[in-house]
Amino acid sequence: MSAETRTGAPVLEVDDLRISFRERAAERAAVHGLGFSVEAGETLAIVGESGCGKSLTAFALLGLLPGNARASGRVRLEGRDILGLEGEAMRRLRGTRIAMIFQEPMTALNPVLTIGAQIVEAIREHEAVSAADARTRTLSLLARVRIPDPERRFGEYPHRLSGGMRQRVVIAMALACAPAVLVADEPTTALDVTVQAEILDLIDDLRRETGMAVVLITHDLGLVAEHADRVLVMYAGRAVEAGSAAALFAAPRHPYTRALVAARPRPGSALRQRLVEIPGQVPPPGAMPPGCAFAPRCPAAEAPCRETPPPLPSVGTAAERVACLRWKDLRAPDQSPVRLGA
Amino acid sequence: MTGTLTISAARPRPAGLVARLIRRPSAVVGLALLGLVAGAGLAAPVLYPGDPLDMIGAPLQWPGMDPAFPLGTDMLGRDIAAGITHGARISLMIGAVATLVALVIGVGIGAGAGYYGGRVEAALMRLTELFQTIPPFLFTLAIVAVLQPSIPTIVLAIGLTGWPGLARLVRAEVLRLRDGELVQASIVIGASDARIIGLHILPNVLAPVVVSASILVANAILTESSLAFLGLGDPNVVSWGGMVGAGREVIRTDWFVAAAPGLAIVAAVLALNLLGDGLNDALDLKRALR
Repeated sequence: MSAETRTGAPVLEVDDLRISFRERAAERAAVHGLGFSVEAGETLAIVGESGCGKSLTAFALLGLLPGNARASGRVRLEGRDILGLEGEAMRRLRGTRIAMIFQEPMTALNPVLTIGAQIVEAIREHEAVSAADARTRTLSLLARVRIPDPERRFGEYPHRLSGGMRQRVVIAMALACAPAVLVADEPTTALDVTVQAEILDLIDDLRRETGMAVVLITHDLGLVAEHADRVLVMYAGRAVEAGSAAALFAAPRHPYTRALVAARPRPGSALRQRLVEIPGQVPPPGAMPPGCAFAPRCPAAEAPCRETPPPLPSVGTAAERVACLRWKDLRAPDQSPVRLGA
Repeated sequence: MTGTLTISAARPRPAGLVARLIRRPSAVVGLALLGLVAGAGLAAPVLYPGDPLDMIGAPLQWPGMDPAFPLGTDMLGRDIAAGITHGARISLMIGAVATLVALVIGVGIGAGAGYYGGRVEAALMRLTELFQTIPPFLFTLAIVAVLQPSIPTIVLAIGLTGWPGLARLVRAEVLRLRDGELVQASIVIGASDARIIGLHILPNVLAPVVVSASILVANAILTESSLAFLGLGDPNVVSWGGMVGAGREVIRTDWFVAAAPGLAIVAAVLALNLLGDGLNDALDLKRALR
């Protein structure tokens, strides 16, 4: 998808990330030993349903976990350990090396400042530049996020802009100091479908131009198929499958991924046909089954699945991993033989 | 069915604060009254260049008896009109400066407590509550009595007792914003605490602060008048409260001596309260944009 800008060296490496919450006396684990890496110029999508720990992982990357949460493991940003960095050291990284955008552009902008002033502040927070230079850079940022007529928009207040335009401003602020990694937490969930595509195309273009890495957090598999190079599927705080987006959609291996892919509404299916659903619910953090977290909902679960959590071994190529004891025995949901990698 | 549907593309620009303010009758009355009081204060040195505490006429002349003293004279022969106009200067000045003192303390403590939370918040809010347990007027009285009455000590005393309500208001507003997306979005691009508080939080709590500041000015004027009434005003300047206090000795025979400065107090305090009301509506941006 973007081979021309990839360098091969991972800018962000996460290894054995564990996040737990202290609740009264008990520790409740929310993310269990997550590992992934992202190369420059690449988009990694982290997919999973609400509560699987994907947003928590994003917050941990930027050192924004709530006070009662504890993280362990390793997060390396451009070769430097950043997990546990605090205060000024972490603040200097935010915006310059790693930045984040959120779901809701309506409330992420300051209603009493013009959008130009807000982007100028984002630049001057990290760099000592003159007001005139900051203004010039802001105008070029506005143009780069394809806001028409930047000169005029510079002096406008956020309430004058549409949701899509506001998200563009938020992206411009995030990119003001050219971060190496952009974490996008459901960046288009609050927007209209047509605007969603524009925003994600914009992020793709900016990624290609700047060579930044993008971590796209979403529950929307449609977006993943179109905008991600690689995918990490999370379930109940664990990675259950990882691989290239193309392979994962062509031949999902883990029963959960298969169910997700099958549950996706598709064009062409009969209008009145019921959407496929996954029976059961995600186990709450306090009541994790001893074995595979998906076993209670898995149609293929057997006795060993319920005993110990499955490891996440490489299957096929090194980047393809699946945490399932039985994936080889399984057939695709439509009962045609599963096409395996390699 | 034929007809034309016109959709105007441009949303009307929300009117400016002044335009929104003058659409509200209470605010207009408040502004007019305040303008009158301020105008009287500004005109005082021109209209009555001498010291308003000088005895310049026969004592206890009723209003209208002598055209030189339109509001009459008190029992020492001082011109009541001169006292009221000069008193307006003092009252407004003390009200404004004392409110400024209260604003600096209250906004600082409220913002610090709301933003940093935890122990900082606990300590600051206990301090605020400590101040709130002391009846504010008695507290002001005690400070002025200890420090000797003068304009600076009166301003300091009123400011020192006026901030706790403001601190709690600011803390509540900051708490609301601190966990909001605006602050989070600023943190993830590396904004410093100072910038987040100064640029993103305080401007967004300005509306309720401005409203309560106008009420604080009114309260400060009342407090200063009460102090002066009790004889704890600055003896070197004329004060409405002091004039009412002096006039109460002759209230049964010459009630105008106390009534005239009393009405001035009512006008000033009422003006500020009406203005506060109007500002409250006008600054409600969500309503203004609707």
